[in-house]
Amino acid sequence: MKLKVISGICLLLAIFLYSCQSEDELEFSRYYSAGNVIYQSKCMNCHGKNGEGLSALIPPLTDSVYLKVHKDSLSCFIKYGLKGKITLANKTFEGEMPANDFAPIEIAEVLTYVTNSFGNKMGTITSQHVGDDLQKCK
Amino acid sequence: MKKLIGAAVIILLWNACKFNEQKTLPIAGNRDAVTETVDGKTVTDTVYQTIPAFKFVNQYGDSITNKTLDGNIYVADFFFTTCPSICPIMHRNMLTVYNAFKDVADVKIISHTIDPQHDSVAVLKKYADKLGIAGSKWWLLQGKKEDTYKLAASYLVSSPQVDAKEKYVHDGYFILIDKQKRIRGQYDGTVPEQVTKLIEDIKTLKAEPDQTTAK
Ligand code: HEC
Repeated sequence: MKLKVISGICLLLAIFLYSCQSEDELEFSRYYSAGNVIYQSKCMNCHGKNGEGLSALIPPLTDSVYLKVHKDSLSCFIKYGLKGKITLANKTFEGEMPANDFAPIEIAEVLTYVTNSFGNKMGTITSQHVGDDLQKCK
Repeated sequence: MKKLIGAAVIILLWNACKFNEQKTLPIAGNRDAVTETVDGKTVTDTVYQTIPAFKFVNQYGDSITNKTLDGNIYVADFFFTTCPSICPIMHRNMLTVYNAFKDVADVKIISHTIDPQHDSVAVLKKYADKLGIAGSKWWLLQGKKEDTYKLAASYLVSSPQVDAKEKYVHDGYFILIDKQKRIRGQYDGTVPEQVTKLIEDIKTLKAEPDQTTAK
């Protein structure tokens, strides 16, 4: 009897955990594949098919450390553009990225794509997270 | 094993095709038949459209004319340094061409800015440095806007248009010019496969008899 209860609870727990995880995974792949489409049409010309950038003109999207450190600013970069000196991938860039008229969900999607491609692995950047970050843009 | 045989057959077939391939490139543009009297004999010659004379300044501030390019096969394109759309792709691809012919003396690249007001010599030099190009293989040229636009027409590409959002719209073509200043090919500079073809075509062109003898 006891054993049955325990195994029942375990089973429930397992199902719960499993469905939870797959819910997350589902969300991730939804964001990721939508982000891929946005990346191809809005970012790839500059940043390249493999996020390689262009010499010292356009920075690559392969510097995981830079992306992690600036995680909370990335939404602002995409929405309002970016200008001025930045240093990443052992190089200094002083270019200008144009602004994008994106909804928070689109920003979330493209950022989820970028931060989980080209050797980056940062997990889902949710539309909620983007909304919060956009409040803090300078 | 089956796959291997399949691959071998494909390679063989492909090579066979290559063997039959024409070893010269077509000549584009208008042509005229000109009949002249030379030494009392009438001869008819085909005269092909050629790139007219021009005069621009490169990223070093040096004057560059059609004469400066004499004896060179060259690739031309049109761009501007602040172009947000296709120029980064074009110049990522042009870098491949640049690297392929880095050590080949008689192949050059010229990129005409269609926004000379912004793209001064200093701006072009900075762009070149950042792009990572040096020396005299690849020149970024600026001059009078009308001259550049007129020249664009003779390369058989559409004249650049002013556009509110993008600033300018223009073709992303790479144009291949031979030593006689004739147009030998046009390639979409935004498509990597076309750029691979351009590199192959330059090699084919270089081997043509009237290219090896031209000074
Ligand atoms: C017109 C070319 C252009 C386009 C299009 C563009 N970027 Fe950028 N991007 C730049 C430049 C240039 C910089 C560096 C700006 C600077 O030097 O301050 C940059 C910087 C960045 C950075 C921070 C630095 C880095 O490399 O990690 C990120 C992240 C980024 N871009 C992502 C994107 C995404 C996502 C898109 C598509 C929505 C996009 N960019 C579209 C040119 C572009």
